[in-house]
Amino acid sequence: MCSAFRSLFIALTIASGVFAQPAVLKVCADPNNLPFSNQQQQGFENKLADLIATNMNAKVEYTWWSQHKNFGKQSLNVGACDVVLGVTAGMQDVLTTTPYYRSTYVFVSRQDRGLQIKSLLDPQLATLRIGMHIVGDDFAPPAIALARQGITKNIVGFSLFGDYGEVNPPRKLIDAVASGDIDVAISWGPFAGYFAQQAKTPLVITPVTPAAFLGIPFAYDISAAVRQGNETLKAELDRILQTQSATVQRILAQYGIPQVQ
Amino acid sequence: MYNLQRALSCVLHSSAYAVIVVTLVTGIAAGQIQNQPDDGQWLMPAKNYASTRYSTLDQINAANVGGLKLAWSFSTGLTHGHEAAPLIVNNTMYVVTPYPNNLYALDLTKPGAPMKWVFQPEPSPSSQGVACCDTVNRGAFYWNGKIIYNTLDVQTVAVDANTGKQVWKTKLGDINTGESITMAPIVAKGVVLVGNSGGEFGVRGWLCGLDADTGKIKWRAYGAGPDKDVLIGSNFKPFYQKDRGADLGVKTWPGDAWKIGGATAWSWISYDPQLDLFYYGTSNPGPWNPEQRPGDNKWGSSLFARRPETGEAIWAYQLSPHDLHDYDAVNENILLDLNINGQQRKVLAHPDRNGYLYIIDRATGEVLSAQTFGYVNTSEGVDLKTGLVKWNPTKQTGYHTIRDACPAPPGVKDWTPSAYSLKTGLIYIPHNNLCYESQATQANYIEGTPYVGMTVRMYPGPGGNRGVFSAWDPVQAKTVWSVNEMFPVWSGALATAGDVVFYGTMDGWFKAVDDRSGKELWRFKTGSGIIGQPVTYRGPDGKQYVAILSGVGGWAGGIVSGGLNAADGTGALGFSNAMADLGKYTTKGGMLYVFSLP
Repeated sequence: MCSAFRSLFIALTIASGVFAQPAVLKVCADPNNLPFSNQQQQGFENKLADLIATNMNAKVEYTWWSQHKNFGKQSLNVGACDVVLGVTAGMQDVLTTTPYYRSTYVFVSRQDRGLQIKSLLDPQLATLRIGMHIVGDDFAPPAIALARQGITKNIVGFSLFGDYGEVNPPRKLIDAVASGDIDVAISWGPFAGYFAQQAKTPLVITPVTPAAFLGIPFAYDISAAVRQGNETLKAELDRILQTQSATVQRILAQYGIPQVQ
Repeated sequence: MYNLQRALSCVLHSSAYAVIVVTLVTGIAAGQIQNQPDDGQWLMPAKNYASTRYSTLDQINAANVGGLKLAWSFSTGLTHGHEAAPLIVNNTMYVVTPYPNNLYALDLTKPGAPMKWVFQPEPSPSSQGVACCDTVNRGAFYWNGKIIYNTLDVQTVAVDANTGKQVWKTKLGDINTGESITMAPIVAKGVVLVGNSGGEFGVRGWLCGLDADTGKIKWRAYGAGPDKDVLIGSNFKPFYQKDRGADLGVKTWPGDAWKIGGATAWSWISYDPQLDLFYYGTSNPGPWNPEQRPGDNKWGSSLFARRPETGEAIWAYQLSPHDLHDYDAVNENILLDLNINGQQRKVLAHPDRNGYLYIIDRATGEVLSAQTFGYVNTSEGVDLKTGLVKWNPTKQTGYHTIRDACPAPPGVKDWTPSAYSLKTGLIYIPHNNLCYESQATQANYIEGTPYVGMTVRMYPGPGGNRGVFSAWDPVQAKTVWSVNEMFPVWSGALATAGDVVFYGTMDGWFKAVDDRSGKELWRFKTGSGIIGQPVTYRGPDGKQYVAILSGVGGWAGGIVSGGLNAADGTGALGFSNAMADLGKYTTKGGMLYVFSLP
C-alpha cells in the first residue's frame, strides 16, 4: 500500500471519529442567537462549523437547542451532539479546544454623545443610565464591579433570553443605546460589535478596563467544546482551527467581533 | 389531574350537586369542617379552602392499615416529575400529568377504573426549555362541572368534567419571556386564581383572577412595581410598620430592577369565605446575587391577603426582606381557628422556606408566633414586635464564599404541602434537612456569553438525613415527633380521621404512620420515587381508597428525571450535589397507585 493512500485512510478515520460512523459533524447550536448562530445558519459559529466540517470532509448536522443554563454541558453530555462552539476555555465538565478567539466586555455608546468611557471606575457611571444583560438569574460580570461601588440604581437589566419569540433577543440592549433609551451599554463584545454594525446611529465600542476586578475577568478565551475523553475529536478541531486560523480571523472580522490580546 | 365524568344519567344531578359541595365542604375553614360529614370526594389538591388535606374518612385506620393492598394502577407514560394530586368527583378520578399536561378521566364505577377520556392541551414544546425546575404540574380544581388547570406554556384551561371537551382556554403570559405555570389554581367566588413561575429567568411575577365561567381575565396583581400594579389601594393595612408606605414595590429596589425582580406566585392559595380573603406567598426576588439589588425588594418573599373579586390587597407581610438565600414565601397557608394564649384566633399556619413556622392572624397579618421547625443558622429568630427576621451576618451571600448555611435554598421546607388533623390538632410537615455552600464562580457560560454566578452546592444537614417528616403542635409551637428520611420528603401529606397519616419518599416508599406517634404502620414500594400528593376518597362501592402518583423529578429529583450528570454538583441550581445517589434508589416513570383494604 502506498503511503499517500495510508495518509488518506488515517485522515478519514480521524474525521469520522469512530470507524462505523458516517462523516458527520454533529453540532448543538441555538436557533435564534446571532451573531453566534441561527437556524438559517447565518451566524459566525455556523460559518466556523462549516469550515471545520469541510476540513474533515464531513457534513454539519445541527441539533437546535434553545439557550439556557448549562446548555452546552447538557446537550453534549446527553449525546445530542459532539461539538458546541463558543464556550469559555477550560469550562468544567467538558473538554475544550485551544482558544480560537479572545473577546472582552465593552462599553457601547452613541458617537454623538462623546462619552469617552473606558473604565468601570469612571465617575460618570454613577449617574448615567447603564444597560446590561441579565443572564438567567445573574447580571453579566462587570455588574459586580459596579455593585461594589454602590452603582445599582441606574442599571437597567435586559434579559439575555429576552422575548425568545422575537429575532435575536440580545440585540435589544444595543438597540437601546442607539435609540437613546440608555446612555451606555456594557455588553459582551460579540453582541456589541455585530449589532453596532447594523445600527442606524454610529456607535463607539471600547473594551472595559480594568481587565479584571476582584479576580473576576472581563475578557475571556473562547474555545470549542467536546465531551470529556473525546481527545481524538479535540485534536482534530485543534489542528483545523490552527491551520485555518487566517480564515477564522476573516470570519470573525466580518461579524465585527472585537478581539483583545 | 384529570377530569372524567361518570354515567350520563348522573350529569344533571352532579352539576347541581357540585355547586352545593363546593359551598358546603370546600367553602369553610378548618374549624367548621370538623362538624361536616366528608362527602368522600376530593375536589381540589388541598381538599378544602382551608388547605387541611384532612379527610374524615376512617374506614382505613391505625388498626387495619397494615392490611392495605394495591387495588389498581394507571401509567401516565411520562418520565418527568409527577407532583399533582388526583381529584375525585362523581366517581371519576382526574389526573393531570407533567408536560404535556394531559388530563385523564378514569371511571371508578368499573373494575380497574378504565379511562373515559383524555384531554390533551398540547402546550408549546419550547416551554420545556424555560421551566426552571422540571416540567411539573401540581394539579387541578373542580368547579361547577369543570376541571380547571394550568399548562406549562402559561395558559389556563377549563375542561367539561363530563365530556372532556374544552370549555375555555386563556393565555396569561408568554413562555418566550421565561414565564411558565406549574401551580394548581383555585376558584374562589367564581374567580380562578393563577400565578406564574419563572423567578430564575428574570421575569416579573403576577397573580391573575379569571372569570371561572368564561376564562376572561378580571385583574392582575403584580408582585413588584407601583402600588397600582400590585393592586394596593386605600384598604391596604399591613400590620407592621416595615410593610407600610407608598410604592414600596418600586422604592425598595435599585432603579428599574423591580421589572425583572421575580416575586412570582407559583404555589398554593387558600381562601377564607367568611373574611372573603385569599392567601398566598410570593417567590424570592431576583437576581440571585443580593449585592445587585440593595433594599428590601418588595414584594418578594412575602405573604398577601387579597379579595378574590378584585384582587385588591388587604394586608401583606414580607417574611424575608432582601432575601439572601432563595427563600420563597410560597409554601401553603393552612387556615385554622386556634386557641392562642386563651383567645380564639383565626390564624394561618405557614411553614416557610426560611425555617420558621409562622402562626399569623389571618384578618390582620399579625405574627403570633414564629419558631423554627428544622435546623436554621441563616437567621436568629423573628422579632414579633417589628415582624423582622434577624439575619445572621456571617451567613450573608454575595460575591464571596459562604459555607455551612442552613437551610439551603429549598428551605427547611419547599412547596410540599402539609396536612392538619382536626382530631390531633397537629400539622404534619414533609420537609428537608439541607445546608449549603455558595461560591462565586468566575467564568460560567451561556450560549456564547460568559457570566459570573454563584455556584451552589447543597448537602445533608446535621444528622446526615436529608429529609424529615414531622408533627408540629401549632399552639405550643413545637415539634411533637419526627421521622428521619434519607432523601428530602418532596411529597405532600394526607391526614385522616382513621388516625393515620400518609406521605411518600423519593426512594419510592409510600408510608402510613400513626398520627400521634409517627410509628410506621404500613409501607408500599412504588415503581419510582414519590413527589406527588396523596388523597383519599370513598369509592362507589362504599370503600375508602388512598391514591398517590409516583414519578420522581421536580427540583429535588431532577437528577433522575432530567438525566443530569451526577458528577456536576451544581446541576439543578446546586441540588444535584445533595442528590447524587438518588439514581441508585429509584428510576423515573409516572404511575398512579390506588390502595384499599381487601
